Amino acid sequence: MAIKTQPVTVNLGPQHPSTHGVFRLRVMFDGEEIVDVEPVFGYLHRGSEKLAEERTYTQIVTLTDRMDYVSPMLNNQAYMLAVEKLAGIEPTQRGVWLRMIAAELQRIASHLVATGFLLQDLGALGTPLIYAMRERENILDLFEMLCGARITNSYLRPGGVFMDAPTGFWLALDRELVDIVNTLDELEEYLSGNEIVFSRTKGTAVLAPELLINASITGPMLRASGVDWDLRHRNPYDYYDRIEFKRILHTASDNYARYWVRVQEARESVNIIRQCVAQIEPGPVRPSFDDVPRLIRPPKGDAYVAIEGSKGELGFYLVSDGGIAPYRMHVRAPSLINLTLLRDMLIGGLFGDLFVSFGSVDLNMGEVDR
Amino acid sequence: MDPVFLDNSLWRNIYCNLAGDSAGCAAREYSAGMLPTGMEWLAFALAAAAIIGLFVNGVLGGVIVLIWGERRLFGRFQTRTGPNRWGPFGLLTPVADAIKTMFKEDVVPKDADRILFNLAPVMIAAPALLVFSVIPFGVGTYVADLNVGVLFIMAITSLTTLAVLTAAWSSGNRIAILSAFRSVALLISYEIPMALALVGVIMLAGSMSLGQIIGAQSIPFILVQPLAVFVFFIAAMAEMARAPFDLTEAESELAAGYLNDYASMKFGIFFLAEFMAEISTSAIITVLFLSGWRGWEPVPSHLWFGAKLILVLFVIIWFRMTLPRLRIDQVLKLAWKGLFELTLINIIVTAVLIAIWPEPTTTRLWIMAAVNWPVAIISIWAVSKLLGTSGYDDTEPDSDAPVYPVATEQIPGSAVHISGVTGPDTQARMSSPANSHIEQGGN
Repeated sequence: MAIKTQPVTVNLGPQHPSTHGVFRLRVMFDGEEIVDVEPVFGYLHRGSEKLAEERTYTQIVTLTDRMDYVSPMLNNQAYMLAVEKLAGIEPTQRGVWLRMIAAELQRIASHLVATGFLLQDLGALGTPLIYAMRERENILDLFEMLCGARITNSYLRPGGVFMDAPTGFWLALDRELVDIVNTLDELEEYLSGNEIVFSRTKGTAVLAPELLINASITGPMLRASGVDWDLRHRNPYDYYDRIEFKRILHTASDNYARYWVRVQEARESVNIIRQCVAQIEPGPVRPSFDDVPRLIRPPKGDAYVAIEGSKGELGFYLVSDGGIAPYRMHVRAPSLINLTLLRDMLIGGLFGDLFVSFGSVDLNMGEVDR
Repeated sequence: MDPVFLDNSLWRNIYCNLAGDSAGCAAREYSAGMLPTGMEWLAFALAAAAIIGLFVNGVLGGVIVLIWGERRLFGRFQTRTGPNRWGPFGLLTPVADAIKTMFKEDVVPKDADRILFNLAPVMIAAPALLVFSVIPFGVGTYVADLNVGVLFIMAITSLTTLAVLTAAWSSGNRIAILSAFRSVALLISYEIPMALALVGVIMLAGSMSLGQIIGAQSIPFILVQPLAVFVFFIAAMAEMARAPFDLTEAESELAAGYLNDYASMKFGIFFLAEFMAEISTSAIITVLFLSGWRGWEPVPSHLWFGAKLILVLFVIIWFRMTLPRLRIDQVLKLAWKGLFELTLINIIVTAVLIAIWPEPTTTRLWIMAAVNWPVAIISIWAVSKLLGTSGYDDTEPDSDAPVYPVATEQIPGSAVHISGVTGPDTQARMSSPANSHIEQGGN
């Protein structure tokens, strides 16, 4: 006798501990198996792009901090590059090096958060998460030295950064780089030697590289499938052409590969920071106000700049009508676009893998909804 | 009433002190009772009340200390301090939590089946407390020494799942029901290896009575029955749904599962029952495998028992803090394809050894241990090889593996083209018809 069963629709979120913010998933389950997924978002929409139309180019930096609040420095960087391109501003050397250091530190912090929360989603009751967050705190301490803020940095200005690093920063940075490597070793030891993590992550939510490219997915998710696409290498912005770094690739394109790429990239970021520190020279951190006034009025036109953000290609598109505020700002948010393949990842999988696969996208609701 | 079955329990001591030799306690020292003859019923009631008061409060006190200890340990594991504000070393934190829980609003969902919804906390608390009735905490400190003690424990602990199912079903919550499904699946799967793991112990002791099992352990059975300990420990963790088998609560998936709709003290009772189960499981492991209250004089038996109990609790908390959760299919696979086979191996080997040496003396137990350990290590290794991760084995990708080809040259004007700050594309973009309105862009 066959038992009559029927799929059940369950609403997960927006108030759910594992949705990485206020994300909602309407999931149809057949027992434990996922039959259908419908993502619902927009709960954190704050209209950043619209707000930008009412603010001067320097003021908008504060809005970018609040988009992907796990990697504000990278948002600052992408936005400033767009402004510089739009207004034709030549950044100062020291300013560029400083913002590269800040950006790479931020990338490490973001990858630590991603890895920590991936393990949290796997059900490790907080311990690895706290190990990762502890190291992130130290990075935030460095940011505090740089600009006085920990999360909402607003460190960058058109043409550089607003303040030079204090003398104590360099020693603290050296010490922190050693600590980061130790923490990454610790995290990797936890993962690479753990059968449960292997069996949970390997072979789950596998995505073909063709599919990823067609869905315009970027960042660690794409590189985990073996596609060598890193904008720092493909289209160097700032001084990334003066830096030697290894591109991290994995071919499995499953949850484990995505985690692995993130940890290895964080390691590589340490190398990049070391090279930046070796090459940085004294000088002004931003152009004088004669060259770049406080109130920029870029000529009419538009500009799009994309950088390799922590989550993928982070692009800012700015349209100027010649005024003090952009006519239009649009953000290519990698978190949102990387969610495109959510259904492909989840459907057919088990409930237990739902939030692990979801977390392996490394999305940030502040960026998804903006 | 015939109190013969009470043996030398704490209950009997209190009862006979009150009732005296006339009530069938004449075997030894109870010549005169405190109560006059004919008042046995009062003695019975008083003894029962005393035992209930002692055990319930003792267990709840133990739970309070365990909550505090677990949170402190969590703090240490996570490089934090843990609770340390309220009372010495934060010892009063669970008390504060309990008071807070009691004063929370008691919400019952609209769709809930009220009767079952209110009954479920009782159903989970009763068996959790009942288990303690057969556990000997020290010499003579037990309520009853049943001759089917092990069976009684197995039966009582399974009732927890019924309570979970009731709670989930009556909540009218789909997430809760998913959690109940998992709970039942865990019970059905893990009850079998758990029971079979104990067969070896029962064979060695020749009895199901916990008292006699302790008596038979001239060396702790953890040395003689390594496979049984291994399986029983894992199965017990799964039975009480502790990490890495906390599938029923699954904070990161089901968000507390069947507890979703419970608030106030009803939630508090579930919470207490969970910790009671943790203590009782540790106590059972202590009794069955760590020789219970046995130890060396002059340290009292209760202290030996407490020390071993805390050791087991520490290991359970350690597991919980360290390991991620398994997926439901892996959990069931582990039970049926892994632990089940291990218990069968254990039973066969133990049976053969007992057939060779009936009446196990200490020396024979040591010989059995010498045989069992290699068997345990080899079989656990073999099963782990069979059940281990399929797919690629390397943590690092194969360097020769084909990397997906990407065009190395940039194609100006293409849709996927990326603009750099000083990229060569600026001119191309500016000159293209679509962007003809651009007067100046880039540097």
